[in-house]
Formats: sequence, C-alpha cells, structure tokens
Amino acid sequence: MKRRKLDPAEATANFAKGADDRFQAATPLRGLLNKVFPDHWSFLLGEIALFSFIVLLLSGVFLTLFFDPSMKEIPYEGSYPALRGVEMSQAYASSLHLSFEVRGGLFMRQMHHWAALLFMASIVVHMARVFFTGAFRKPREINWVIGVLLFLLGFFAGFTGYSLPDDGLSGTGLRIASAIMLSLPVIGTWLSAAIFGGEYPGELIIGRFYIAHVLLIPGILLALISVHLGIVFKQKHTQWAGPLRTNENVVGERMFPRYAMKQGGFFMAVFGVIAFMAGMFQINPIWLFGPYRAAEVSSASQPDWYVMFMDGLVRLMPNWQIYIPFGDGYSIPPLFWPAVVGLGALFTLPMAYPWLEARKLKDTRSHHLLQRPRDNPERLGIGMMALAFFTVATLSGANDVIADKFHISLNAMTWAGRIGLLVLPPLAYYVSVRIAFGLQQHDREVLAHGVETGIIRRLPNGKFEEIHQPLGPVDEHGHPVPLEYAGWVVPKKMNKIGALGPAVKGFFFPVEAPAETPVSPAPIGSAKKEEISSKR
Amino acid sequence: MTAHHGATAEPVDVNDPKLTRFDIVKEGLRRDDIEIITYESQFQGPNSKAEKRVVRNISFLFLLSGLFALVFLVSYIVWPWKFELGHTLSDYYTPILGVSLGISLFALGIAILAWAKKLLPHEVSIQQRHGDPSSDDERLITGQTAMYVADELGVARRPLLKGAIGLGLAPLGLAAAAPLVGGLIQNPHRDAEPMMYHTGFDPKTNGDKLVRLTRDDGSPIRPDDVSAGGQMTVYPGVPGGATNKFADSPTLLIHLRADDAEKTRVAADGDKNGRNKGSMWGNYVAYSKICTHAGCPASLYEQQTNRLLCPCHQSQFLITDNAQPIFGPATRRLPMLPLSVDDEGFFVATSDFKDTVGPDFWERP
Repeated sequence: MKRRKLDPAEATANFAKGADDRFQAATPLRGLLNKVFPDHWSFLLGEIALFSFIVLLLSGVFLTLFFDPSMKEIPYEGSYPALRGVEMSQAYASSLHLSFEVRGGLFMRQMHHWAALLFMASIVVHMARVFFTGAFRKPREINWVIGVLLFLLGFFAGFTGYSLPDDGLSGTGLRIASAIMLSLPVIGTWLSAAIFGGEYPGELIIGRFYIAHVLLIPGILLALISVHLGIVFKQKHTQWAGPLRTNENVVGERMFPRYAMKQGGFFMAVFGVIAFMAGMFQINPIWLFGPYRAAEVSSASQPDWYVMFMDGLVRLMPNWQIYIPFGDGYSIPPLFWPAVVGLGALFTLPMAYPWLEARKLKDTRSHHLLQRPRDNPERLGIGMMALAFFTVATLSGANDVIADKFHISLNAMTWAGRIGLLVLPPLAYYVSVRIAFGLQQHDREVLAHGVETGIIRRLPNGKFEEIHQPLGPVDEHGHPVPLEYAGWVVPKKMNKIGALGPAVKGFFFPVEAPAETPVSPAPIGSAKKEEISSKR
Repeated sequence: MTAHHGATAEPVDVNDPKLTRFDIVKEGLRRDDIEIITYESQFQGPNSKAEKRVVRNISFLFLLSGLFALVFLVSYIVWPWKFELGHTLSDYYTPILGVSLGISLFALGIAILAWAKKLLPHEVSIQQRHGDPSSDDERLITGQTAMYVADELGVARRPLLKGAIGLGLAPLGLAAAAPLVGGLIQNPHRDAEPMMYHTGFDPKTNGDKLVRLTRDDGSPIRPDDVSAGGQMTVYPGVPGGATNKFADSPTLLIHLRADDAEKTRVAADGDKNGRNKGSMWGNYVAYSKICTHAGCPASLYEQQTNRLLCPCHQSQFLITDNAQPIFGPATRRLPMLPLSVDDEGFFVATSDFKDTVGPDFWERP
C-alpha cells in the first residue's frame, strides 16, 4: 500500500470539517472571531479582578496540598526557633510549615494573599466605573446585582481565608465574628452554637471554614463569574459616546486577534505585578503573631482592607443598647447595628439602585452608551456620598494606628470618625454635584464659543479680547454655530485640535523625520480668518 | 433589517478564485453585520524603519521574559532556601523568586500588548447590536406554549393532585433539609456543659472545689507575685484552663495602689445590684479580660488613668468604678471575679463570675 505523505494543511482542514460535521461549529466560531469589542482603558478594571481570581485559584490549589485544617493541639517542632515547643493547632503548624519548610511555599502564600487583596480592590474600582458611567442601566441591572454579590462573596472568601492559619490575628477576627452572630436578636446564640459546633471557639470551625473557603465559596464565585461574563458577551459591551457610536452599534476592534492579544498581554502583566508583590512585599507574617490564645491580642489588630470598613463602623457605633423589659429581659447589643444591619444595607441598597434610578427618571429604555459622570450629577453625588462613607469607615477601622502614628488622641479619632461619617457624605454629594454642573457648563461654553486660543487682540476702540477657535461651522457673520451637547469629550486646548504637530516617534532620538511643526503665528485658515474678521 | 444595517458591501461568491483571503474575511464580516471603517497599517510602508524598531523591541521583551524565567528556575533550584536564624542568603529566596517571575511575566505581557498595539493594523469596526427584544408574536407563542405545558399536566383541572403534590413534597423538602441543618444545631442553653453562662472558675469544673487563679503554665499565684500597680493575666486552675477550651475564662488580676484600691472598694461595695460587693481581696481586684462588646481581650492596662482598653474597638473601662465602660461601643461593665486566698496562700475564686462573661446577646439575663 502506498503511504500518503501527511499534509498539515489538509489534516487541519479535515479536522475542522469533522468538527463542523459533528458540532456545526463554523458559523458560531466565525461570529466569535469577528465579534467587535469597544475599547477603553476603564473597561479593563474588571479584567484585573478576573485575572486575580485565576491567580487565586492556581495558588490556592497549591496551598491546599500542604495545609492541614485541624484544630488538634500539638507542640511545634519546625524550623522557626522562636515558636519551637509552643502548643499550637495543626492548622497553624502546617501554615508555618508551608512558610518555612516548603520550597517556594512562602512565595505562594504571599501570592495568594496579594491576589486576594487585588481581587477585592479591582472589584471595588470596577464597580465604581460601572456606577459612575451608568453602565448598570437597563438591560444590565442583573449583571450589576451579580457584581455586588461577587463583592459580598469575595468578602466572605477573604474572611474565611485569613481565619484558616489560626494565628493570633485570625483568632481575634473569629472571636469578633462569633460576637456578631451572638448580637442577632432571638437566634444569635443558636446561630453561633451551630456554626462553631458549641461554645466559641470549639474544635470544628477551622475545618468548616476550610471547606467553605476551598469548595463552597469558590464554587459559587466561579459560577457567578461565568454568568457575569456570559451576560457581558450576550448583551455586548457598553461603549462611550463618540463619532459613529450609537445606541444600536458597537464600535471597536474585532475580538481576534487584537482584542484577545490585549487581554492575554494584560493578564500576564497583572500576573507579573502580583508575582513581584508576592516576592517583595511581606504580607501576613503569621509567625510573628503566634498561635491564637483567647487572652492575647495586640494593638493594630486590623483585618484585610476590604473588611476594615465594617470594623470601622463597629468602632464608631455609640454604646446604644436596646433593652426589652419583657420576661427575664432581652437586649439588642450595639454590635448588631453596624455589623449586621449596616452590612446588609450596604449590600442591598446598591443592588436596588438601578431600579430606583430608573423609577425616579421614569426611564424604561435600554442604554448601551455610557454617560460621563458629569452628565448625571445626582448619580455622581450619590456615588461620591457612598465612597465618602466607605472611606471614613475604612479609615476608622485603622483609627488606633492613625492615632499612634500621628500622635492624635484615640478618642479624638473616634469622634472625628463619628462626625465625619455623618458630615462628609452630604458634603461630598454637594461638592461633586456642583463640580459636575461646572464641568458641563464649561463644555457647553466651548461648544458655543469655541476654544480659547490664548491670542489676545486689541480692537480699534481699545478693547482687548481673546480670539476663540470655533469647533464647527460659522454663520454668515462669522459667528460659530452653537454645537449640540453630545455628552462626550470637548477639546479645550488648541493642541487637541491639531495646533501642535504630531508627536515625534522614538524615545531617545527620532526614528522618523518629525512632521512639520506649525510656525507661530500659525498660518490662518479660511475659517479662522472669518472668525477673526467677524469680531471687528 | 434597518437602513443602516451592517455592511454596505454587496454579497460576493466566496468560491470565486480571484478573491483574496481578506475579501473572504470581509464577506464573513458582512454576514455578521460588521463593517470595517478603518483598517490601515501603522507604518509608512512595508519594512519601514519604525516597524523594524518595534519588532526589535518586542523581540527583546520576549527574550527578557525568557531570561528572567531562567533566573527564576535556577534560583528556585539552587538558591539556599531553608529558613535559618540570623541574616543569611535564604532571606533573599522569596524576593528573588518574586522579582524574577514578576519581570518575566510583566515583560511577556508588555511584549504581547506592544505586538497588538504597535504592529497590528489600526482598526475601527462597527457591529450592529441587534438588542431588540423578541417580536410580540414570538413572545405570544412562547407564552402560550408554556401555558399549554401547564394545561397538559392538568394541575388546574385536578385539584386533588395539586393538594397531594403540596402535601407530599413539602415534607420531603423538609426531610432533605433536616439532616443538613439539624446536624449543625446545638442547644446553647444545655445545662450539662458550661456554655454562655459559665467559665472555668465555676467550682463545678473543679469537682465543686474552689478554683485557683493560675498562670498560663498552670502555676498558682500568691499575692506577693503581683507588685502594686501591676497586673497579670490569670486562668482557671483546672486542666487545660489556659487553653482555648476555656476561651471565656482569661481574667486580669490587678494589684491596685492603696488609694485606688480604696476607691475601687467603695464602688464595688456600693454596687447597685450588689454583685460586686466584697469581691476584692485586699488591694487586689480581678476583672474578666473578655470585652463585653465583641469578645477581644481588653488587655491594655493604663496604669495612670486606671483604665482598661480593648485594642479591637477601643472600648474603655474604668477599673476604679466596677469596670464601667466610659468610652467606645461597649455597653456593659466587665464582670468582677470574687477573690480570696486559700489555706496555702494562693489566690482562689470564691465563685464563678456573677455576671455573664463575654459579648452581649439577646437573652442574656
């Protein structure tokens, strides 16, 4: 039998034919290759969260191979001398083992922790982008709700994660979590007993948190992230207003190759930054904290940054206890309000916001064009109000450290936080709304009168005036025809409309002959001439 | 189809041998309702100087990535990594891994990004969204189809079935949930085990004998062991008393100076509900260390102002006034442990705390 020579092109074609025979893949695959994505740097903030999540999964799997979620007490016999002989849980001992006796283990632990911080940070920044540009509006409300849920799940993933090593700091966090559960009216003691398997701390909680942290929460996160991305894909991405862009189209570049390459490159860059931080910046040095002991705590016991707002709210809450004189007497401790009601409100209010806004504006249309923050001042104000609240609460979560480092009275910090929490959000609302209106106004001025050229002219009657370059056509008297406000960037400097030559390429020396730089005074075109002559 | 719908181009026969590959790509774009508005090289001609320079730079970044990946690999294998006390080479192990892997990945990322942004043609494409909802007919048909499913089942016509399904499935649902939830439930009010209302200082944990105050190594404490103005964390003198099994028991034993002690005694004896009366021993007083707010150890003792401060949420308690909260979110004073000294001269607790120790909850008496 004659052996045929294998032709790679033909083999690939045959494979593709076979695949299409079975899955009818050709048409949908072409659609995928051709799909157009709008491009803007702010659309990549959510990508950072996705990439951090992938790093979290990879590094997390490595960590599970060494971590032992057992609360059995054993004497430490590892290579860190300061703790040798100390009684500690297996969980803590195995975390120390991971840090000191596994090659590259500390690097992986720190990578996991830094990726977690970056995951939460990029979610917050991405949410701010989506909020301030109105990207959550119909038809994307559900994806906004999923996003808020992702933050909530990330919050619990982070909390269960940093509780696992069972060191001094994480035990303190667990103790507070138990107190928060106890503060729930009626069911508090039952809930705490159910979760801790009896009285705090018991011997089960690390094992339970472990399964939540490595299976339940990441499973739900993975499912929700998939739905989140699926919806983005189905509904197509929002885009900024601009030339050619309408509510019915997407202007950008095809997914392959350019957009996909940008995604891949950006992933590698984010991964690189996380790896760099994991090696260079120490995080959660658990060996310094010692094993958890109920009697021991140090000052500067801060949770991870995304939990600090809650800790801050708890610190600022006045000692208002509600007593219910009924039967033996019942009470609702002050911890309940910031930690349970506060947290609940901080998640449900944002979830409801898309519908609240649509209801207020009586807006039932679908929106695919983004709004600049200045074009919806009320929304901007509400968002800034929320951010001011979050910032004051977060800073208050570190008020003991601030008091210590800046030599401020601790009680003064608490009072500053209490007052700031009430005063700063409305102030932020007012200031940002005013700024938004101001920016809008300035855009409209430039659209109506043109760009300030910086050229001052003296009129025959002695009056000085600045020449404006109209952005559009002029009428028969040479006055600029007012342009419609489009909710998009308005050039405000002459350089933006080509008064300056294009930038010279090359870093140290020009690689191409530089374009002709305009001579000063610039040669005046016909439109300009009319404008100048018009103001006689 | 709307007027501005998709490409303006006419359909072409893709089997036409005269077509270039890009012509076929454009036909695909037309079918996907995409129009390429701009598609132009970023360079002034093939093999321009600028293009060669960009290609050189990107190649350099790929090589840099490979180089640092090798640095990572070699350091990972040969650099001394085992922890040793003192300033040793192993201190640099993790930083070297981070820097080498970081630079390698970052250079790779920038190389790919530069390729996409600098080498590929500049492109602007427009795709139509097609975000219109289904037509009214489609909605009607789907709705009616769904309703017909219900008709087929005939639940509405067969009320017995409806009731039977409800009564049959509800218990099954509960049966499925019961083992999941039931296994977790623990009664926090069980008397057999000391939960919520008892600590290790309860004589019941010690065979009805009074419990000694001990250090974390279990050794008992004599009054002389704490100097005036000093304080010591003490634990119940029962097996495992200093472990987390007795997480509510850690107590702060304070030896007050004479004048503060007098103030404290007056306040304790004048206690409104009488619980703290006679609980001091000499100039010594013992308060629960577990904050009544969120359960952290209220362990920062300010000798000058006689305050105890909880470092978690900054609740402050006044030692000379029954440990009343005077600042911060705590609402309830720290319980006082009634003290005495036994025949051998060691501190004992004459009973358990008379108030509930630890964070507040709904049914706390």
